[in-house]
Amino acid sequence: MVLNNIETLLEKYNNAETTLKEEAQLKAYFASDNVTPHLEHYRPMFQYFSVSKQEQYTKDVPLNTKKKSRLYQWISVAAVAVLMLGLIVPKMFGPTEQEKQEALLVYNQTMEAFNLISLGMNEGKSQLTNLALVSDNIHEGAEQASKLGEFNTVTNKILKNK
Amino acid sequence: MKQADFVSLVMPFKDKVFRLAKRLLVSREEAEDATQEILLKLWNNKQKIGEYKNVEAFSMTMTKNFCLDRLKSKQAQNLKIVHSNYTDDNSSSLQKQVEARDSMDWVSKIMEDLPEQQKIIVQLRDIEEYDFAEISKMLDMNETAIRVSLSRARKTIREKLTNTHQYGIK
Repeated sequence: MVLNNIETLLEKYNNAETTLKEEAQLKAYFASDNVTPHLEHYRPMFQYFSVSKQEQYTKDVPLNTKKKSRLYQWISVAAVAVLMLGLIVPKMFGPTEQEKQEALLVYNQTMEAFNLISLGMNEGKSQLTNLALVSDNIHEGAEQASKLGEFNTVTNKILKNK
Repeated sequence: MKQADFVSLVMPFKDKVFRLAKRLLVSREEAEDATQEILLKLWNNKQKIGEYKNVEAFSMTMTKNFCLDRLKSKQAQNLKIVHSNYTDDNSSSLQKQVEARDSMDWVSKIMEDLPEQQKIIVQLRDIEEYDFAEISKMLDMNETAIRVSLSRARKTIREKLTNTHQYGIK
């Protein structure tokens, strides 16, 4: 009865029609010691299946939780950010057109004021040349005075000789 | 996601990943490397893990693809064929143990000769005991195709096993 059952199961097994339960049944049967001689050749197969299932992976897997230093990547990101800021900020927060015009106006005004001052300065300078002319005349006068002095000494000498 | 969460998520199926990798890559070292690779990939994509409907099925698909790529690549040229050490717990006689180991070695050799597709299917079905719906999701195949492939694989194994079993008798 059992044998019959096993044989039909084996037939189904070979046609790959058995369910997992039936296969377990077959495995159990062939694991036992009372296997009929004419089915003996199936035994190593089922034993092999059961034995292979016990094989285990014993090696350790190095699951490194190391955090790869992404420093360099971040440095490049930072560099790009700085560059972009350098380009964008002056445009955004730099002087507007109106401010520029105001600055130009102020500049022009100061330049005008400076021009006026320098004009005054030039006038002063021309007056200074007049002064220089005066001093020239004074010098001439002084020279003539010294000539007069010489004339005096000469006359004194003449007076002594007499 | 913390490391502990990840480990508890991965724990239930990491052995399955390893066994599938070993089935395909044969060598234990290769399979260990593959498993590590898969788990690391999952770990690195841990932010996205919540989006996957079924992390286990997803990992199995990843494993399958990874191993097949590996087999195709040149790196796999120097695959070492290493047979695993079976851990037999039955306290039967040494002779029986040797015999059992011997015949199980035969099964593993027979399975090595199967086409990759069939290997994967047998691995997922007979060893990991997934149901067909899950397998079809993992392999992106329809169930009928899986059944056909599985049936072929099982029949091949049976035939070869019968031949070796009766070798010298008939």
